[in-house]
Amino acid sequence: MASTVSEIAEVTRPEQVALRSSLWHEAFLRLKKKRLAMVGLVFLLVMAAVCFIGPFFSPYASGKINTAMINKPPSFSHWLGTDSLGRDILTRLMQAGRISLTVGIASMVLSVSIGALLGALAGFYRGWVDQVIMRVADVLMTIPGLPLLFIMGAVLSEWKIPTDYRIYIVMVMLSLIGWPGLARMVRSQMLTLRESEFMQAAEVLGLRDRRKLFFHLLPNLTPLLIVVATLNVGGAILSESVLSYFGLGVVPPTPTWGNMMDAANTLIDFQKRPWLWVPPGIAIFATVISINLLGDGLRDALDPKQKR
Amino acid sequence: MENNLLEVHRLKKYYPITGGLLGRTIGHVKAVDDVSFSIQKGETFGLVGESGSGKSTTGRTILRLLEKTEGEVRFQGIDVHALNRQELRALRPRMQYIFQDPYSSLNPRVRIGEALGEALLDHGLLPQAEVRERVLEVMALCGLATYHVDRYPHEFSGGQRQRIGIARAIMMNPDFIVADEPVSALDVSIQAQIINLFAELQEQRKLTYLFISHDLSVVEHLCTRIGVMYLGSLLELAPRDELFLEPLHPYTKALLSSVPLPIPKKKRERIVLQGDMPSPANPPTGCKFHTRCPYVKDICRQEVPAFREVSTDRFVACHLV
Repeated sequence: MASTVSEIAEVTRPEQVALRSSLWHEAFLRLKKKRLAMVGLVFLLVMAAVCFIGPFFSPYASGKINTAMINKPPSFSHWLGTDSLGRDILTRLMQAGRISLTVGIASMVLSVSIGALLGALAGFYRGWVDQVIMRVADVLMTIPGLPLLFIMGAVLSEWKIPTDYRIYIVMVMLSLIGWPGLARMVRSQMLTLRESEFMQAAEVLGLRDRRKLFFHLLPNLTPLLIVVATLNVGGAILSESVLSYFGLGVVPPTPTWGNMMDAANTLIDFQKRPWLWVPPGIAIFATVISINLLGDGLRDALDPKQKR
Repeated sequence: MENNLLEVHRLKKYYPITGGLLGRTIGHVKAVDDVSFSIQKGETFGLVGESGSGKSTTGRTILRLLEKTEGEVRFQGIDVHALNRQELRALRPRMQYIFQDPYSSLNPRVRIGEALGEALLDHGLLPQAEVRERVLEVMALCGLATYHVDRYPHEFSGGQRQRIGIARAIMMNPDFIVADEPVSALDVSIQAQIINLFAELQEQRKLTYLFISHDLSVVEHLCTRIGVMYLGSLLELAPRDELFLEPLHPYTKALLSSVPLPIPKKKRERIVLQGDMPSPANPPTGCKFHTRCPYVKDICRQEVPAFREVSTDRFVACHLV
């Protein structure tokens, strides 16, 4: 009997000992093959590098007002021109990128954590836990997001919250309206997963709930979470821009891409001084497009069953 | 009955059919309908039948992967369906299940070494340091190359995956294993290897199997006693040789006549059943088999035949025997 077993082992032995593989490594290899996603990823990395490192190389302080240099078009000393207070647009653009990206990523982290946690709990425990969480989510989803943000922004202005704190409050606001959609997705995925055969196998092995949840279910949710998280960043950047554009999010003098466009909010700026609003517009547009391309690429790359 | 490892007594598993505006229960699918049998220590009990006859549901209800509707399952004297969650969890290592589909029963994101060792850790049966060693040992025993321990399920072939399923089931040294059509997803040459593995493991570890299959030749090779299921009920139960030499129930006769003979030219009388198995939601009155039975009498349409012992250890549910 021992001989038959070792024979079988012999037959299945390939010439070379395979390297210890990793699902993440394989997924990255698949991602590398997707050109558009890689373009998005590279662009985002460059954008982040420029925004976070760039201002150190700028000769202008971002808040520095120069009355002699108001509304000047692009030139060698001011590559993207200056605004109505004589501030250098490029420097402000990079500063604004820091805030926009931070707000986007932070509110994504918050809304994904809340959404994933609540969705996972609802799907795993079902019953009344599910009912309570999903009804709250339903209520939040019935309230239109933008008017809600407007109201909250108006209340914040009324309370005279210091501008430094408003950034954080904007992040929280964005994540509070962002989580229900994700919670629903995670919950439905969870309901599918818990009926799967490998969860039956986990039941037969008598595994604890904790192990089932963290070892079997959540790892199967991570691809979904990563994709949704990526796409959420884009959404959050857009929402922040919209809010700031309406003067309800981050308020001047702190620059964001949204309120930079807001500052160019007159017909004469629009017609005669495109350097005021085109650069932040392009920054928002390109960043969000890149994030969406990356998210789409990740969606395909993270499926372990997919062949290269 | 001292030797009985498992006793199944009048087990029923009904699924409600809901309908109408209010979603009321308007009927039941009788997936398992009044099944009784016992399995002795060290034997291999075969459960055969067409697809949809309730074999898998029986197996899953025995291990309480499904909740019963009525009846009793006693494993080593313990009423499995009366345990609370903690007690059931404690009993799990003693009785294991091998799934029909080795693809979907392995988590695609868990390396097989972890999949095999996790139950030992979770139940605290071995200290962490010894788990890997034991995993490698069992992998070798099941004919898996030990250097595959860090691979993911999608990197294996069907036969290898089924070996992983078997390895996972024997990892905790269970007394009893329900094998749910473990070879039907594999091609014939691999089937033979896996069946031999089952036999070897049984010899080594004194395992008791409930072997569910629709393949009569596999069951004949492996099982000591065999139960024939039809539409959720057991029609016949007999030791292997007696069942194959002298089937009593007309359904068993028809089933056996469908097995190809290994001797060419030798002809066997072929009993071909007409029609399909009726719906378990609306089973025929009287004997469930009467709609397709070639010997049907009036009594078959009216009275349910009792599942009775006709000679030592031979049970049959038929009016004509």
